[in-house]
Amino acid sequence: MNWISNYVRPTINSLFSRREVPENLWTKCEECGTMLFHRELSDNLKVCTNCGHHMPITPRARFAALFDGGVFTEVKVPEPIADPLQFRDQKKYVDRIRDARKASGEKEAMLVAEGEMGRTPIVAAAQDFSFMAGSMGMYVGNAIIVAAERAIKLKRPLVLFSAAGGARMQEGILSLMQMPRTTVAVEMLKEAGLPYIVVLTHPTTGGVTASYAMLGDVQIAEPGALICFAGPRVIEQTIREKLPEGFQRAEYLLDHGMLDRVTPRTKLKDELVAILRMLTGATAPVKGELPAPEASDPAASGPAASGPADSGPAASGPAASGPAASATSAEPQPAP
Amino acid sequence: MTNYLEFEKPLAEIEGKAEELRALARANPEMDVEKEAAALDKKAADLLVSLYGDLNAWRKCQVARHPDRPHCKDYIEALFTEYTPLAGDRNFADDHAVMGGLARLDGRAVVVIGHEKGHDTKSRIAHNFGMARPEGYRKAIRLMDLADRFGLPVITLVDTPGAYPGKGAEERGQSEAIARSTQKCLQLKVPLISVIIGEGGSGGAVAFATANRVAMLEHAIYSVISPEGCASILWKDADKMREAAEALRLTAQNLREIGVCDTIIKEPVGGAHRDGAATIAAVGATLKALLAELDGKSGEALRSDRRKKYLGLGSKGLAA
Repeated sequence: MNWISNYVRPTINSLFSRREVPENLWTKCEECGTMLFHRELSDNLKVCTNCGHHMPITPRARFAALFDGGVFTEVKVPEPIADPLQFRDQKKYVDRIRDARKASGEKEAMLVAEGEMGRTPIVAAAQDFSFMAGSMGMYVGNAIIVAAERAIKLKRPLVLFSAAGGARMQEGILSLMQMPRTTVAVEMLKEAGLPYIVVLTHPTTGGVTASYAMLGDVQIAEPGALICFAGPRVIEQTIREKLPEGFQRAEYLLDHGMLDRVTPRTKLKDELVAILRMLTGATAPVKGELPAPEASDPAASGPAASGPADSGPAASGPAASGPAASATSAEPQPAP
Repeated sequence: MTNYLEFEKPLAEIEGKAEELRALARANPEMDVEKEAAALDKKAADLLVSLYGDLNAWRKCQVARHPDRPHCKDYIEALFTEYTPLAGDRNFADDHAVMGGLARLDGRAVVVIGHEKGHDTKSRIAHNFGMARPEGYRKAIRLMDLADRFGLPVITLVDTPGAYPGKGAEERGQSEAIARSTQKCLQLKVPLISVIIGEGGSGGAVAFATANRVAMLEHAIYSVISPEGCASILWKDADKMREAAEALRLTAQNLREIGVCDTIIKEPVGGAHRDGAATIAAVGATLKALLAELDGKSGEALRSDRRKKYLGLGSKGLAA
């Protein structure tokens, strides 16, 4: 029987899995059902070319599109202590983190980078919903603080893309304490006179919405994004009535005065550049696709690394390549 | 009439028996039951000490939510003089889940703000069970601003299951209101002292409790999510709240170890609900002591100390 399980079965399996590959080149839009070719979808920043539905995009892919020539420098985030509460539900927290790292190839739920966007130097932070629902724990808190510190040091605006199910329960009260911690970061930016722009993406909920994600100088959301404190299901259970169409979606919030703008992802870069350049007294932006800035950028010399040495489990993805890692491709790195 | 908690049932039986005996003796004056009744009293007292000496996390949740526990209103009435409630957010409404105003503590003018849960069905509904809407947080922001402008210390009494999850609350910006309230706490140049007197429910609590000093009553809890909510999400079973309560480390003792809570205020044996007056007095003494600690600090120092405190949180976890 051994040769059957050792040879025949894998061969059959590989034949079948090979046949599945072509299907992976296509993504079905969950909104309109259109089959979208993966390259076309990536080129359109994961926005359906037929109906405009916004699909999740990784921070790396977002930054590759945001920064001129796709070039950015990752800012190293101080590593927090791992599993401070020794949390365990049906699974150990340390195991959940390990699995999330393996699946995403990322170290944690937020990526911080610096670079130029439309020839406008910025620091950007983006939350990764695919990493434990983007949940805000100590790492995300540290990421926002280091992003603010870096922005202040370089005298640049901070642009933050939020996406999270809320606070990370497995860090208990310490996840809740990221609400005041990240608010301190916002205060620091404010006192330094630097713009802080929040782009709320689908979904942004709970303690994240109730702290740094609602404190921007300008609040922009992507179309259709769910943005709320309490989720629709919780509310329906509490008030026992059906919620109106589009409730807690970006457009609904705009109507209720909670946002400045709802802007499609494909137009975000131009809009951010325009706003930031007006707020910082810069001249009108140069339009169009710009190549990577010249290498003489002194800012790229060394990102802040004020935390303890990287002692946590090594990330298996591109994040492990060090603080100066830059990405030039719009393609997200494949998960190992 | 005592409201016994589920885990207090054995106690209820003993106290019930003692009461029965005494009732019997009242009906038949020739009977002498005092010795037996006193023995039962002793037994009950011992049991109470042992029950409350070692409360697990879930039992603490039950104690923290006990309906007979003193509430914000009781503290304000007993500890403060000249309490002058100030109402409204100047935008939409006055939220009765949050009460606050000017008052004197030991003769000193302060601004006091707190969540009020109510004590019977009617008042609980009126106060929305202590669950604030955006108007509540915006009222608090207004009161903190007032305190800041006139140099008055701010005292917050936290007792909420969480911010209200309702349609109107969301439409009027529940998350923005909470975020701004936390931000206001961090901006104040006056002392801000917070006491978690019962339940510190998530963002609804943080909005008031981002303070220079956070004190917690011995059996109070403070958590990112209710044990029931956590159980239904992580265990996919709301009945696993005991396990969730344990895992969340939401007791004052755990939080003291992590540094989120600065001071634990001892409760009377058997919990705050067995002796409200003693509990309130203990809270009063702690408030005065904490205010004295912060006296003489400049506004700038008060603000920057508060920020440093929160930036530094998370540097120590629980001992393994």
